[in-house]
Amino acid sequence: MYAFEYHRPTSVKEAAGLAGKAEDIKFLAGGHTLLPTMKLRLAGPANLIDLGQIAELRGIERSGDTVTIGAMMKHAEVANSAEVKEAIPALAEMAELIGDPHVRNRGTIGGSIANNDPSADYPAACLALNATIITNQRKIAADDFFQGIFTTALEEGEIITQVSFKVPSQAAYTKFRNPASRYALVGVFVAKHASGVRVAVTGAGSSGVFRVTDMERALSGNFAAEALEGVTVAESEMNSDIHADAAYRAHLVGVMARRAVQAAVARG
Amino acid sequence: MTETGIGAPVRRKEDQRFVTGQGRYVDDFNRPGQAHAYFLRSPHAHAAIRSIDTGPATIMPGVIAVFTGDDLAADKIGGLICGWMIHSKDGSPMKAGPHPALAQGKVRYVGDHVAVVIAETLAQAKDAAEAIVVDYDVLPAVVETAQATKTPVQVHEVSADNTVFNWHLGNKDETEAAFARAKHVTKIDLVNNRLVPNPIEPRAAVGEYDFGTDNYTLYTTSQNPHVARLVLSAFIGVAPEHKLRVIAPDVGGGFGSKIFIYAEETVCVWAAKKVKRPVKWTSDRSEAFLSDAHGRDHVTHAEMATDENGKIIGLRVHTTANLGAYLSTFSSSVPTYLYAPLLSGQYDIPAIYCEVDGVYTNTAPVDAYRGAGRPEATFVVERLVEKTARELGQNPAEFRRKNYITQFPHATPVIMTYDTGDYAASLDKALEISDYKNFDSRKQESARRGKLRGIGFSSYIEACGIAPSQAVGSLGAGVGLWESAEVRVNPTGSVEVLTGSHSHGQGHETTFAQLVSDRLGISIDQVSIVHGDTDKVQFGMGTYGSRSGAVGMSAIAKAVDKVIAKGKKVAAHVFEASEGDIEFKDGRFGVAGTDRSMAFGEIALQAYIAHKFSGQDLEPGLKEGAFYDPTNFTFPAGVHICEVEIDPDTGVTKIERWTAVDDFGVIINPMIVEGQVHGGIAQGVGQALLEGAVYDQSGQLITASFNDYCMPRAIDLPSFQVGMTTTPCPSNPLGIKGCGEAGAIAAPPAVINAITDALGHEDIAMPATPQAVWRAAQKARMPMAAE
Repeated sequence: MYAFEYHRPTSVKEAAGLAGKAEDIKFLAGGHTLLPTMKLRLAGPANLIDLGQIAELRGIERSGDTVTIGAMMKHAEVANSAEVKEAIPALAEMAELIGDPHVRNRGTIGGSIANNDPSADYPAACLALNATIITNQRKIAADDFFQGIFTTALEEGEIITQVSFKVPSQAAYTKFRNPASRYALVGVFVAKHASGVRVAVTGAGSSGVFRVTDMERALSGNFAAEALEGVTVAESEMNSDIHADAAYRAHLVGVMARRAVQAAVARG
Repeated sequence: MTETGIGAPVRRKEDQRFVTGQGRYVDDFNRPGQAHAYFLRSPHAHAAIRSIDTGPATIMPGVIAVFTGDDLAADKIGGLICGWMIHSKDGSPMKAGPHPALAQGKVRYVGDHVAVVIAETLAQAKDAAEAIVVDYDVLPAVVETAQATKTPVQVHEVSADNTVFNWHLGNKDETEAAFARAKHVTKIDLVNNRLVPNPIEPRAAVGEYDFGTDNYTLYTTSQNPHVARLVLSAFIGVAPEHKLRVIAPDVGGGFGSKIFIYAEETVCVWAAKKVKRPVKWTSDRSEAFLSDAHGRDHVTHAEMATDENGKIIGLRVHTTANLGAYLSTFSSSVPTYLYAPLLSGQYDIPAIYCEVDGVYTNTAPVDAYRGAGRPEATFVVERLVEKTARELGQNPAEFRRKNYITQFPHATPVIMTYDTGDYAASLDKALEISDYKNFDSRKQESARRGKLRGIGFSSYIEACGIAPSQAVGSLGAGVGLWESAEVRVNPTGSVEVLTGSHSHGQGHETTFAQLVSDRLGISIDQVSIVHGDTDKVQFGMGTYGSRSGAVGMSAIAKAVDKVIAKGKKVAAHVFEASEGDIEFKDGRFGVAGTDRSMAFGEIALQAYIAHKFSGQDLEPGLKEGAFYDPTNFTFPAGVHICEVEIDPDTGVTKIERWTAVDDFGVIINPMIVEGQVHGGIAQGVGQALLEGAVYDQSGQLITASFNDYCMPRAIDLPSFQVGMTTTPCPSNPLGIKGCGEAGAIAAPPAVINAITDALGHEDIAMPATPQAVWRAAQKARMPMAAE
């Protein structure tokens, strides 16, 4: 790790002010990607702005057909939240599938979304649950937010404050883990809304999280696993590494999507 | 059996300090004035070094010194050695290239040591290392085992085609004749995947030099501190043997990787004198992946010949063994004498011939890893036996039984003479525990759920308790493989046992104390086990190859018997009786036929006060030492049965049942033995399903962290069903065979045999990842498409 200046603001305004003044900054949320990267000297920000003391970044709230979660809420808090479990059980279950207990008790929803790791789980939930990413400057629809691996619509110094999810009528997330890292090799989040079905895939795409419109169309007509028979994703758009090549990932997207629909239907 | 004696499931004495965080590992030692070392490592798999400019680094904050290979050479520090000479078929010695502790002119793998920075803090040392300017002429690399001899890339000048040796064992003519008359020949091509050892504690070293006494001290993560001292003094020349103290304190796992003498500890001892400060280095996990000696990495073609009665009549094997970029300490012995002599397995095979080509590549050195050669041999034999049974349409259990060795001693065609065993007994017990007879109904039940169920056997054997010194000397070992012990009885009757064995997870502080408790009739709380310090223990050969029980404890038993003999002499004086009338029983010395007796501790006191005898008649004191050299290897063996269920949609293999029936001879502590079995199976399952070191074509290690290198987790394993059979080992006084490696040896073929059984075809490589199994399952579903 290289030396850096450590800042610990207590409000979003103070954090944004620090970010505006300081050179070469990084926001620290749960730190589960940033800190290991810094330890390996692959990242060396001059200024680290820790968001952990900002009360307004916390909290979970249900209001009508939305569930709004503070950006610094930890995965375990989302997984165990009565509001989330009641409104969107699939989201609570997804949070419970992230990493291990250590990760879930440090990692945050805002950090995961801002990082947009192509194998992270939350981006799939955001797309499938038609989420709105709320920052200290504006509201961004999830469909516009994720712009390729480790790339988002966030501007320099912009801070995610909340994420607002639409409550679906039926939803489920299924995840095929990378055997080593336990990140999603393929994760599929399926959600049925009044406006239609959304199917979002993480882990598999060579450009990061994506929606599968062919599957969405098929499921909007018939929300059942059988509707997905023969609906495939293009191998050419899949990621390939030593754990899974593009053909296997494309195949798994189909398997995981069918299992997600089965789980959503079974939940009723 | 007493509560704490041989055979008792005593809780481990050492766990009190380990589970309460009081263990003391090398990194816990901080010496006054200590400086920190950081090694600049090669980012290239193969490059000539045109120049190294350390100038910018030396003026960085906190930097004490920067050294390169030239500095070591100027001080006449020798290179690292390989301690086992292998001769090729033509009689020529193996081609050992130079192995400097810091590179001289060339780097040969990613992670190779280029320079060392000594600084006040580790962070300063790292900063300075980034300022060293190395001008590399990057060369093409050779990475793949099978390609090593077919490339223009030359790793070492001493070997034009990267061959280290072309070695063989067995009888070629008899084997060819057996194949000529065979009714059936089964052929198989296998890759034994390269593994990274990954003990939980990474390697570490603290070197220290005392200018007043000219004494050197090395704290190091070693399985064999005396061997480290011998190599560092006699071969590398860092310090004279009598001036070098090597301390291996608590060590958090080794699995073989801490047997070897590496560059880092060598440099720490040497640099401590150069900079006049203690020098510490602790490997981080990334360094461990790159520079700990890896394991396995064989490419093999093997054939098994059977006659018209389904009897195995011949086995021929050709293996290419990747030894990496340099010959590590015992690397040459692993794919040769620790491998081919096990190719007879549990079977009566009259003719065996094995050829092994050891090769250099631009990868980390490969050396012993849990099982060392024996897992590779067992994988060949058990995959081939399974495939042969299937081709002959025979039940795999019964095919094995028909070919088992039943008469002992049994001399195989590949050196070994098995002393004892009852292989059918283990098979019967394993079949029973695994509920084999109902397997078909379980398979059908799986099929109804769309799953593929398979069952796989592994009838493994290993040669442990390495080993008779004369025998290993004749095979090329540079050392003898006996063990030493010293039993010091204090005047209060408590006992310190000094042993040359080293415990790094095995529980010696408990099991060795159990032996002493059993023999002397004293509580295990009265026994301390002292190990891991060359100033305390005079000499020893260390712990590897499941030898600490069979060899190390035999030395202790021998020394304890000498203590008892001396105690009888003392008792004779005390009781004014004839020595011949003194009996030692249940912890008391007594006069036969009388009620006169004294406890062991009372006689110990008498030995030290010496009031009842003249020091001229009998030396005061009670302390005895012994060296024990075994008469043979030991041959633990058993049968493991693995039952898997495969999800053909995803390729996920779930191990549903695991049965392990092992014959380890006499068992000192069944709880510790069971733990060793569990850990070994976990490592073997890791190799079969999860683990594999992957280099890309340029020689970069892709699996250089736990993000990509998959270690087994509890969730990957079932609850093991462990059973035991016992044939006491006749080759050592305690009847012990050893248990440390059995699981890792037995498990891989059991898993792969189960998967191939489920899939209905043989085409799967290790690790059998979900992707690999899914692809194989696709082939099984669509046999035409697979053509």
